[in-house]
Amino acid sequence: MPYGPHTADDRERMLGALGLTSVDQLFEDIPVALRASRLDLPDPEPELELAARLTGLAARNRTDLASFLGAGVYRHWSPPAVDQLLLRGEWYTAYTPYQPEVSQGTLQSIYEYESLLAELVDLDVVSASHYDGAAATAEAALMTCRATRRDRVLISRGVHPHYRETTRTYFEGGLDLEEIPLVADGEAAGTTDLVALERMLAEPGRPVAGVIAAQPDFCGLLEPMPEIGRFAHAAGALFVAVVEPVSLAVLAPPGAYGADIAAGEGQPLGIAPQYGGPYLGILASTDALVRQIPGRLVGLTSDLDGKRAFVMTMRAREQDIRRDKAASNICTNQALLALAAAIYLATVGPHGLRDVAALGAARAAELEAALAAVGVDRLHRGPYLNEFVIRVPAARAVHRRLLDAGVLAGLVLADAEPDDPSLAEGLLVCATEVTTSDEIARFARAIGAILGAPVAQVAR
Amino acid sequence: MSVTGERLQPTIFELGRHGRGGGKIPHPPADALERIPADARRAVPAALPEMNEADVVRHYVNLSQLNYAVDTGFYPLGSCTMKFNPKLNEWAARLPGFADLHPLAPDEVAQGTLQLLWELERALAEISGMRAVTLQPAAGAQGELTGILMIRAHHRARGEGARDEVLVPDSSHGTNPATASMAGYRTITIPSAADGGVDIDAFRAALGPRTAAVMITNPSTLGLFEARIGELLEAVHAAGALAYMDGANLNAILGHFKPGEAGFDVMHFNVHKTFSTPHGGGGPGAGPVAVGDTLLPYLPEPRVLRADDGSFHLERTGERSTSIGRLRSFVGNTGVLIRAYAYIRAHGGSGLREVSEDAVLAANYLKHRLAGTYDIPYDRACMHEFVASAATIKKQTGVRTLDIAKRLIDYGYHPPTIYFPLIVEEGMLIEPTETESVETLDAFADALIAIAAEATTTPELVSGAPHSAPVRRLDEATAARQPNLRWRPMSGTETPCPD
Amino acid sequence: MVPTDLRYTNDHEWVRVVGDEATIGVTAYAADQLGDIVFVDLPDVGRSVEQSAAFGVVESVKAVSDLFAPVSGEVTETNPDLGRNPELVNSDPYGAGWMVRVRLGDAAQLDALLDPDAYDALIAAG
Repeated sequence: MPYGPHTADDRERMLGALGLTSVDQLFEDIPVALRASRLDLPDPEPELELAARLTGLAARNRTDLASFLGAGVYRHWSPPAVDQLLLRGEWYTAYTPYQPEVSQGTLQSIYEYESLLAELVDLDVVSASHYDGAAATAEAALMTCRATRRDRVLISRGVHPHYRETTRTYFEGGLDLEEIPLVADGEAAGTTDLVALERMLAEPGRPVAGVIAAQPDFCGLLEPMPEIGRFAHAAGALFVAVVEPVSLAVLAPPGAYGADIAAGEGQPLGIAPQYGGPYLGILASTDALVRQIPGRLVGLTSDLDGKRAFVMTMRAREQDIRRDKAASNICTNQALLALAAAIYLATVGPHGLRDVAALGAARAAELEAALAAVGVDRLHRGPYLNEFVIRVPAARAVHRRLLDAGVLAGLVLADAEPDDPSLAEGLLVCATEVTTSDEIARFARAIGAILGAPVAQVAR
Repeated sequence: MSVTGERLQPTIFELGRHGRGGGKIPHPPADALERIPADARRAVPAALPEMNEADVVRHYVNLSQLNYAVDTGFYPLGSCTMKFNPKLNEWAARLPGFADLHPLAPDEVAQGTLQLLWELERALAEISGMRAVTLQPAAGAQGELTGILMIRAHHRARGEGARDEVLVPDSSHGTNPATASMAGYRTITIPSAADGGVDIDAFRAALGPRTAAVMITNPSTLGLFEARIGELLEAVHAAGALAYMDGANLNAILGHFKPGEAGFDVMHFNVHKTFSTPHGGGGPGAGPVAVGDTLLPYLPEPRVLRADDGSFHLERTGERSTSIGRLRSFVGNTGVLIRAYAYIRAHGGSGLREVSEDAVLAANYLKHRLAGTYDIPYDRACMHEFVASAATIKKQTGVRTLDIAKRLIDYGYHPPTIYFPLIVEEGMLIEPTETESVETLDAFADALIAIAAEATTTPELVSGAPHSAPVRRLDEATAARQPNLRWRPMSGTETPCPD
Repeated sequence: MVPTDLRYTNDHEWVRVVGDEATIGVTAYAADQLGDIVFVDLPDVGRSVEQSAAFGVVESVKAVSDLFAPVSGEVTETNPDLGRNPELVNSDPYGAGWMVRVRLGDAAQLDALLDPDAYDALIAAG
């Protein structure tokens, strides 16, 4: 056994103390008819061989592409200090801080994370983390139902499709989730249809608990968040803003435009893409909703000697105490990723974060111009930060050919949003501070060639 | 003997100074944000601290030294399986080929990860004796919700949506009833029998046409194997209900008992327990779910599939109409799953079987050492963990389990799980795991025995513990009555940075 | 020995009746079992409560408990001090730690409650 310390002597000694001759005697409570005898798994591998196997598997992935893929997970540069600190065993092999006297490291770092995010989203209460942006959004939706005692939630089609699907799963059968359509044409195309929203809010006998919209939305467009919030509040509903944390360095935060709850994905704060996780569910609310927020909360207090100390607090909300009356069953969260995000923010600082957001915007504008120069235009007209949709005939086929040319040209929207015909020719592309001018030129050249643009245009 | 470092730290907000830091990110062009409408722009900058890298590093290194961790010492937390976290797994998850892969990358560029996930599913199916696995749930609790939602879908598909009750034993982990409530079920709690096992007769009496499922932890949260599990599962199925197994205690039965073969319809794994992925101060984990034939159609989407040519791909959205849908974004906590995969590969079937044997042997040895000093409520062979009680000590000396736990900190140990399960008075749930040496087990037993003696001779030493920790006996009442969940600047030195 | 002018429930609530006004709280035993009270969740004024049905929740640092109404009636007042000072339930459970006032619907319901001796016997039995 690779990591256990017991020698044959050790086992004999322990068995001897118990007056037993074989460890099988300790498994006699398992009925004979139900006993398994072996596991049919590949043979054990010493670390040297296992390391080679893992290296081989990793090498079968292609990560050398010029990537313009975002759609909820973004390539950012994480300063090496972050991961080196995260590799300290005291951080990653520690348990949940139920014994605060021996967990002040974790507890203080989570309090600091809560405080940093509170600044970013401009709301007073931030949970110690949820699983990811999708689960956080679903829990935010449930919060609005509990707080208003209503059972109908409106979610914009501008919210990430995975988040909408997840919320639907959490709502299934008990509560009512309806999608707010997007504007079809004109300057506001691709953003939440406010006329439709007003109509849905006004339906007699069907009061709304919460309205959910994303900033930026899934297609990268900027939404009229203050207006959406006003409509929601006028109808007695709560307003949930789904946000991307790096953008909050330069975009108005949820607290500034009256959101009651903010949910989002913290992956962009120095966390690697890792093919799906572990990520960081951000969930924040106004003070008025603190008792409704699920998950752990770390607070500041003092100890017996009057020293400042940190502790998990308001624990009676959680499943181990409230059991079947708990608002959520969440136990294990994403604490180590919250720590990573806090270290990232401390390391890059407010100026650095703002520069990350602004550089992404600058590169995205460069990308838009380079693509326009080869005849590939945006699908929408409204303002965006660093992500937008381009219109490409036979988008899926072109995406394939670009892949062969070493370019990952974003996301094929016909796959992600099959129910929206307006996106049938759309590719969702983004740029960040790590996108280079070379990569942009490569993308433009490749797509220009595929679509048959004249060489002179491509070279400009 | 002090268990952790002593250096309490100011917060990063107090350490920051205007003008510090920088040098990480290039400067953008001055007009980068001009095209963003003014009313969408942030008007008041976020008051994040400005720190130079040296101060950041010192802060987080010093804070880390205030933590107890598996890498610093023995962590006998019952129900948590605090085994050693192999360092190869950290290296593997960080390989750029794995770490840099975008979750929406086309299948053809993700073949390495997809193969790993598919192989992991096969391995977990074999370990559990089940038909198929989803790796999507981000934690055990999310796995429980996945399982219960699949059960609900199953009953609805059969026109039995009226089944609205879930049965759990009173020793169950709090996530079980909380999960049932999230899925819209009423929880019926069944008292345990005197021997610590489920009360089969009480379960039989409660089973009926309204029962959707029972949720059983096996071995139980008392560390005892349910010897009558076959009988219970038969009764559950006879009532038209399904059986969910909470796999938190799988470390006891790897290679010795396969829940699927025994008759469970669905179970979840806690890979951060059984399969050594690190706890991270509270997370992340992952809670894969295994199912038999009955629930196979309802698995979350997307599944990881293997084509005839040996390549791998993800199911398309909406491809399988019976799926319960998504529980989260993307395919799962892949980084965590890579660590679990490496662990399983390192051990193989024989190694995993040995893990359980050593875990069970260690727990029984420790129980044997403590019997006679502490009450052992269930005086029979335990599995990978056992409950000890300080009820007699409390009666004789007034010293409680809480005090004994805090005094262990002075001896250099993390306390075991206390006051869980709720059905044991002054309980301590102790789980040594298979990666602790006999010397460590003996030293821990010696410490607990010494503390029991202190309770008699110098009780204030115990009831006033810990004496050597960086902070002691926190004011949790004020923390809950007047919550302070966010740092407020108190002086002018840590000013927000201007745009 | 618990206050002699009150009536009690098996769930450790007390009620003081003056005319048709019933004041309700939890006993010292309950407060002791729960530990330091941190939050009390009470119904809005105007809501009806029903005898033996849950009408609120009391939370301590490590535990939570439903509050069960000793009598039926309409809530006329809730203790405004418990928001800032939930610890009053621990320090003065029969006085300043009162929870709700209810307009008593049916005085006969008091017959179903425990008198002080019966309640003392209940808590002595453990």
